[in-house]
Amino acid sequence: MKLGRYRGALIPVSLIALWEIGAQTGVLPHDTMSQPSEIAVAGWDALLDGSLLLATVQTFQSALLGLALGSTIGICLGICIGLSPILEAVVGPTLDTVRPIPAVALIPLALLIYGFGVRMEVLVITYATVWPVLIVTISAVRGIEPRLLEVAQTLEMPTLSRMRRIVLPAALARIAVGIRVSAGVALVVAVTVEIVLNPQGLGYGMIIAAQSLRPELMWAELLWVGFAGWAFNTLLLTIDRRWLRRYQPGGAQTP
Amino acid sequence: MMSRRGLLLKVAAVIFAAAVIYLWQLAADARLISPVFFPSPTRTWGAFLAMEERGDVWGPMASTALRMFYGWVLASLAGIVLGGAIARSGPVRAYLEPLLEFLRPLPASAIIPPAILFLGLTSKMAVTVIAFGALWPVLLGSYHGFRSVPPQLVEMAAAMRMKSMAFVWKVALPNALPDIFAGVRVSLAIALILAVVTEMQAAQTGLGFNILMAQRSFRSPELYAGTIVLGILGFFTNYALVRAEKRLLRWRTLTR
Repeated sequence: MKLGRYRGALIPVSLIALWEIGAQTGVLPHDTMSQPSEIAVAGWDALLDGSLLLATVQTFQSALLGLALGSTIGICLGICIGLSPILEAVVGPTLDTVRPIPAVALIPLALLIYGFGVRMEVLVITYATVWPVLIVTISAVRGIEPRLLEVAQTLEMPTLSRMRRIVLPAALARIAVGIRVSAGVALVVAVTVEIVLNPQGLGYGMIIAAQSLRPELMWAELLWVGFAGWAFNTLLLTIDRRWLRRYQPGGAQTP
Repeated sequence: MMSRRGLLLKVAAVIFAAAVIYLWQLAADARLISPVFFPSPTRTWGAFLAMEERGDVWGPMASTALRMFYGWVLASLAGIVLGGAIARSGPVRAYLEPLLEFLRPLPASAIIPPAILFLGLTSKMAVTVIAFGALWPVLLGSYHGFRSVPPQLVEMAAAMRMKSMAFVWKVALPNALPDIFAGVRVSLAIALILAVVTEMQAAQTGLGFNILMAQRSFRSPELYAGTIVLGILGFFTNYALVRAEKRLLRWRTLTR
């Protein structure tokens, strides 16, 4: 019974222990599976000398820039398409044909245009993050209570204030979900671009550690990437809960 | 009346797509952007034809698709079984869930470096990475589907003393299928992405590797053509799956 709460920790902890023992006794190949204690030391060193933090800042900088651009494009396009069925019928098929092009296929193209650096990474991330936001925004705008829009029409609200006071608040909660999905995508794409060829950030750090045969550093960075992704997602969830809940139908009316 | 309007909109959609391509051609011809980065549609089409002649389209496409397919099938099988086991068995959930919760947010491409260390720059490495990345959507879908079996059905099965295998096969799995299909479709898109990434990273033959090579030698029309072919591959695999889903799940609409 005492074990109950800690059963989830049993497998990871025993795996790590076995790993350490296996590496110490030389059963596991040392050039790929360096021991957990070495990984901890390598991670700690990388954290202290700032290289890990610099790489993290680089990765998140590109991810956030791309996310901001992609979300803005997605929301603007999504509102237009969501409000006008005609526009959707006209533009929709073209967008549906472009959408299945995987974001990573644009890596060579982005490299050709911008060369190495932040800009090419941001371009690929922007492309990848547009789609979730766009799709969610379209369906959110389509789901707005038609009477609200009719009221706006009757009041002869100017387009801009109609957007600001009716469309955005009504669709915001669902758009936020799309942005959260895109945020996850942004981080993944950022790391991917860095692993494939962009010489900066966490992904590059990992691939270089692997290629220079420092598996302990690579494992440490892998763990760090996992942790960063988890922390980022948790942060977004918290923002969602604290500030955006009230926009949901049935959420509290006052914060 | 309605169909006439629909037809009109369809025509407008085609005209819009044509206009986009035409604008692309105009912009390229006017050299608004250097042709090194921005070849015109006609040059891109020419590059496609030349690639086809050399056999640089279908062969690489087949190897990309094959690797994607292997990884995806592995991921789907493992995801369905694992998701079902976690959903229907308390002990399995207690032991495995925290571990999986840690692994899940890890960017799939982040396991490429360790995979290269273990397996080298091989096809096996590529399939492993694809399978790992494509696992999660299926696993989540299957978990959700197996969890949401209506309690009446569970009680019914208990009353009829159904064996647990029969319960899984006759009740739980059909109930989970729509969710599994949703997961499997997301997985397929991820599998294509990872197939391309692993090709670029590990120099495996395929479309992803080809477009990277085209970039390295500044053959931009080939780069554009390759990228578009990749998009077509993504489009048709997704389309095939949607059709398969409609067929396999026909009983759902029939029984309602």
